[in-house]
Amino acid sequence: MPKLKVNDIEVEVEEGLTVLQACEKAGAEIPRFCYHEKLSIAGNCRMCLVEMEKSPKPIASCAMPAAEGMNIKTNTRFVEKARKGVMEFLLANHPLDCPVCDQGGECDLQDQSMFYGVDKSRFKENKRAVPEKYMGPLIKTQMTRCIHCTRCVRFATEVAGVSELGAIGRGEDMQITTYLEQSMQSELSANVIDLCPVGALTSKPYVFEARPWELKKTETVDVMDAVGSNVRVDTYDWEVKRVLPIINEDINEEWISDKTRYACDGLLNQRLDTPFIKYNRKFEKASWSEVFKIIKSKFENSSKDRVCGFVGDLTNMETGYIFKEFFDRTLNNYNYESRSDNRFLDNSKRENYIFNSSINGIEDADLIFLIGANPRYEATILNARIRKAFVNNNTKVISLNDVGDLTYTYKNLDGQTQTIKNIFEGSDEISKEIISATKPMIIIGESLLKLNYAENLFYLIKNFLKKNNKFTDNWNPLNILSCDAATVGNFDLGILNKEKSLLDELKSNKFEIVYLIGQDNLEFNKKDEFVIYQGSHGDKGAEIADIILPGSAYTEQEGFFTNLEGKVQKAYKASYPPGEAKEDWQIINELAEVMNNRKLFNDKEELESSMFNYLKLQQEKQTSKNKEKTYSEFQNEKLNIHLKDYYFSNVIARSSKTMIECNNSKLNIKSTGTEG
Amino acid sequence: MSLRRPAKNQPETFEFSSSSMEEANKIVLKYPKGKQQSAVMALLYIAQKQNDNWIPLAAMKYIAKFLDMPYIKVYEVATFYTMYNLSPVGKYFVQVCTTTPCMIRGANKLVEACKEKISDKENELSNDKSCSWMEVECLGACVNAPMMQINDNYYEDLDKEKTIEIFNKILKGEDPKPGSYRGRLNTEPENNRKTLMDVKNA
Repeated sequence: MPKLKVNDIEVEVEEGLTVLQACEKAGAEIPRFCYHEKLSIAGNCRMCLVEMEKSPKPIASCAMPAAEGMNIKTNTRFVEKARKGVMEFLLANHPLDCPVCDQGGECDLQDQSMFYGVDKSRFKENKRAVPEKYMGPLIKTQMTRCIHCTRCVRFATEVAGVSELGAIGRGEDMQITTYLEQSMQSELSANVIDLCPVGALTSKPYVFEARPWELKKTETVDVMDAVGSNVRVDTYDWEVKRVLPIINEDINEEWISDKTRYACDGLLNQRLDTPFIKYNRKFEKASWSEVFKIIKSKFENSSKDRVCGFVGDLTNMETGYIFKEFFDRTLNNYNYESRSDNRFLDNSKRENYIFNSSINGIEDADLIFLIGANPRYEATILNARIRKAFVNNNTKVISLNDVGDLTYTYKNLDGQTQTIKNIFEGSDEISKEIISATKPMIIIGESLLKLNYAENLFYLIKNFLKKNNKFTDNWNPLNILSCDAATVGNFDLGILNKEKSLLDELKSNKFEIVYLIGQDNLEFNKKDEFVIYQGSHGDKGAEIADIILPGSAYTEQEGFFTNLEGKVQKAYKASYPPGEAKEDWQIINELAEVMNNRKLFNDKEELESSMFNYLKLQQEKQTSKNKEKTYSEFQNEKLNIHLKDYYFSNVIARSSKTMIECNNSKLNIKSTGTEG
Repeated sequence: MSLRRPAKNQPETFEFSSSSMEEANKIVLKYPKGKQQSAVMALLYIAQKQNDNWIPLAAMKYIAKFLDMPYIKVYEVATFYTMYNLSPVGKYFVQVCTTTPCMIRGANKLVEACKEKISDKENELSNDKSCSWMEVECLGACVNAPMMQINDNYYEDLDKEKTIEIFNKILKGEDPKPGSYRGRLNTEPENNRKTLMDVKNA
């Protein structure tokens, strides 16, 4: 490990790190534009110049490997002069339009020019003007502001895996462009906005909306998919203005998907802001006490086993838990379910429904086998991680189905479950590969679990892996790729009915009262059921409801979510529910009070501690149980991957105008046929 | 700079001719397997030669597919190097050197000749679309200044009249003789040598 001196402070850094990283370790901040931890090194902005002893010229610290005995100075006159010179060149062609630039206030160039900028320009020539580019409905371009750091180009090729951005021309005529004049064919495209150190690429939906210092920033988690990306929600008054990623190396690194970022305008549309009662097929506004009274009388007038409850895909765990408690304690019945389809689930052990190898584990894996999953659309960030493993370690990826472009190459099989059977009975080439792999990952998508013989296949896979000793102390090859934010949390809380399929009973209209909590994905023909819908948006669920209880979206209440790996994360309150709407747990608590004259929980803290106690008990129960199952019944099925429409996968996304635009922009490309 | 940006009118398709294909395959073989993208510059030049000295977008797409690399990467290379012409320059592409040694020896007269015979402006096709000219920096033949390059050949020791003569020939479709126009062989001294007299075979 090389030792070097930075401003007379001795530091020892790992082999292969750069001078810039060594400087950071020594506490010296280095200005930079092109350098980014997660991207390859370009070394073209020259802002990170430092002085090195025995070097007559300043060196670009981001591109210089740290070596033994270097003596680096970062705060001398020499360095300052060098950086000032670089900054003068960068500013020569940069327009002075900060007052009308959306990057203003969070612009690297603006910030750094406070230290290194010269207050006068010696550039008397004409300034360069670069034509605008069209990059789809998410990215607004103002290419005259571009300083050619090429971060966006490197992001697109390296992380997103779409080589659509490039730097054309040379010298003063250099331009960043997409030759397509279309939106980027990536679900990660909007990350280039965060990467852009200047205002060349800014957010189109957020254009001229607010200045960064006016916004209230709340760090929370995302619910658009089950990955649980860490995000920062910026609000102005009630309105959620934008969602930005925050760094979590274990989950989303530094990226978020376009849906996570831009579905937030769906929080402003189609909101349920007051309780409604349906009279003669028309919704009429009502007060909380009215609706509670009606619900109470309805519950009292129907037998308890004709009542059922369904929990939706964006519901936080507190709501799920109190809902379950409401059924257990207030209604004395167990007719609750969180699955909106008849998927197979064995929740006797937690490893049967989570992503056991963990997202970080993807980078350690040496073989990835996707069965019935399309991670690009089901978990975009996770797919970016698979791509990272593919690029860095050349990890082999096999998919049972041909799922189109995943941004990396993979071997695809025929999509028949017979093939799965062959492989996991050990009579296939791929079985050998799995056996010889030290850290294989089998990623099972929800589509597989929806098959008729899902149970058999699941145990076939699991037993094969067990038999070949793939389960070790630090590796679990079995991975379930859940699609929705609430899925794993609901399973942890046991919000499911193992004795009977509530869904089938619902479809045959056996229930009198159906209580939906944010559940919009049920397909059943309503007859005489009395439907209570509690949720944030007026969507499919609210449409069929007889009573609507306005709840809160994920940004408007505190709540826990368990991501697909089983990590429990808390979403914080960034805004507050609109109008009369309340936090979801409060509604159920108050309803319980109306019905039994007793609240279920005194306050949120009691609810939380009770929930975590319950989770702990559940997990203890699981570890003590350990029975093995084997199944032999089998019939070949075609495994079709059921993808929800990516841009409309949940109520918030469906209410978002930006998501509609994204969807349309992708459709246009399909219809023109120029994508190949 | 107009040659650095793709032309408005682009042909729909491009394909290597059999001779270009042979040449291209030979170049690709020079690189290790999987690194065939390194051949991109050579292939672009082959395409340019085949297509009357300019590279249409279709050729870039063709090469991108040929070398299994993203189209934008080919596009980046093609727009970066001044050697590649991205809009039509005619079958005869005249490059007049106007760097100091040639300029001192009267390169401006050559430019005048270009303006008279080919077109008023640089990078503009002549009336019959067979020819265009441009000023370039040093072509490395200062000893025989002033000079110009037409396609692959150098025409040296020129003056205005001789240049016009050459242009008359190419506009008629003939190939004028390359080399010195004052009867020199390569870069030998004019009127016999004056140095190294004592060395026999110098």
